[in-house]
Amino acid sequence: MEQIRVLIGKEFRLEWRQRYALNGMLLYIVSTVFVCFLSFSLRRNQLTPMVWNALFWIILLFTAINAIAKSFVQERSGRLLYYYTLISPQKIILSKILYNTLLMLVLASLGFGIYTLVMGVPGQEMDMPLFVVNLLLGAIGFAASLTLVAGIASKAENSATLMAVLSFPVVIPLLLMLIRVSKNALDGLDRSVSLDEIGTLLAIDAIVLVLSILLFPYLWRS
Amino acid sequence: MTMKKNWWKALAVVIMTYVIWVGLVGTVPRQPILNESIRNVYFHVPLWFSMLILMLTSMIYSIRYLRNGRLDDDHISVEFANTAILYGILGCATGSLWASITWGDPWPNDPKLNSVAVGMLMYFAYLILRNSFDDELRRARISAIYNIFAFAVFVPLIFILPRLTDSLHPGNGGNPAFGKYDMDNGMRMVLYPAVIGMTLLGVWMTQLRVRLRRLRDRLDNVNNPLPKAHSTAE
Repeated sequence: MEQIRVLIGKEFRLEWRQRYALNGMLLYIVSTVFVCFLSFSLRRNQLTPMVWNALFWIILLFTAINAIAKSFVQERSGRLLYYYTLISPQKIILSKILYNTLLMLVLASLGFGIYTLVMGVPGQEMDMPLFVVNLLLGAIGFAASLTLVAGIASKAENSATLMAVLSFPVVIPLLLMLIRVSKNALDGLDRSVSLDEIGTLLAIDAIVLVLSILLFPYLWRS
Repeated sequence: MTMKKNWWKALAVVIMTYVIWVGLVGTVPRQPILNESIRNVYFHVPLWFSMLILMLTSMIYSIRYLRNGRLDDDHISVEFANTAILYGILGCATGSLWASITWGDPWPNDPKLNSVAVGMLMYFAYLILRNSFDDELRRARISAIYNIFAFAVFVPLIFILPRLTDSLHPGNGGNPAFGKYDMDNGMRMVLYPAVIGMTLLGVWMTQLRVRLRRLRDRLDNVNNPLPKAHSTAE
């Protein structure tokens, strides 16, 4: 536990030292939201909840892929090797997933704030707590599945393309569930309607988390 | 000796002959809309079943590779995945044909179809990932990891998600399963053997491809006896 705490602290320091990467991601999400806003010709009232919702999650998906893709290329391979001699690989992947979850939460809340600011909220009876829970589950799921894929992609040569190709199909089940739950939250439906989906989301999160932890030791050995 | 080793190939031939013969000329129940196209059950459905079995086998060989590091397991795993992709494409083709007759649209917006399309994307990505490595051992290890990951995500995609939404397929979204209303025992006598036959045929194809791969490897070694310079960076 102590080791994981130290590792997460290390990730934060690393991020702080390379502030341009973090700032780049923040700017990325802000400008993407703004591009969407302008593309709809500023007529935000005509946006149906369906479009609003799908657009929001697609923006988040792209941000997540860009943000998490760098989690293994930020450090020199020599330094990674040094960590591996000190700590078990499970702890490394766990700390990276936790850190990426936090990063995703920051990005998602910023994105959500700006998105609602410029695009407005369709539908008056939005179920905010459910939406936030959904955002949290999404952050965990994105972080867990994309961190492992980022590790895989970082081993290959043209990792940017590979990252997109490998991660899109893997996150689609997650994305579909997230879109459905957040649509329910947006429409202010009764929470019992979303229980099935929330259960599936939890199950998918658990599957990708466990698999990442099981498979990562094999990945770093190569 | 040969009979002892190859009986399953004979079985595959017998079963497939039986399935094609009875499937095309046997009697089938008369259904409204479905009419004669119900015969596609014998070909379309077993293709999916055996595709899943082949994918599962591919994943098991990937796990074996990660455990013991024998390159042969990796060859077997990728060839099972290749055969599974072929079956997936054939399954899409037969399904599309069937859908255009019964549902009036070759690619209706159905969760099961979309899930399968996504699954196919996953396995294409797997092949692309394989091609992006020069070093054999690295390629084997990393693609094995992705293979396991992809299969584990594919299963909820194809089994759980379609059941939560409305689907045109029987057994999904509150529709009763096929067997409940329009499958009589005569059809079952063809469908179940068809699953076995298709799977055996797939295993046979895979075996041939694995042998070809092994021979190519051996030829490579004969032609270039010096060990290849692998990139050992990182």
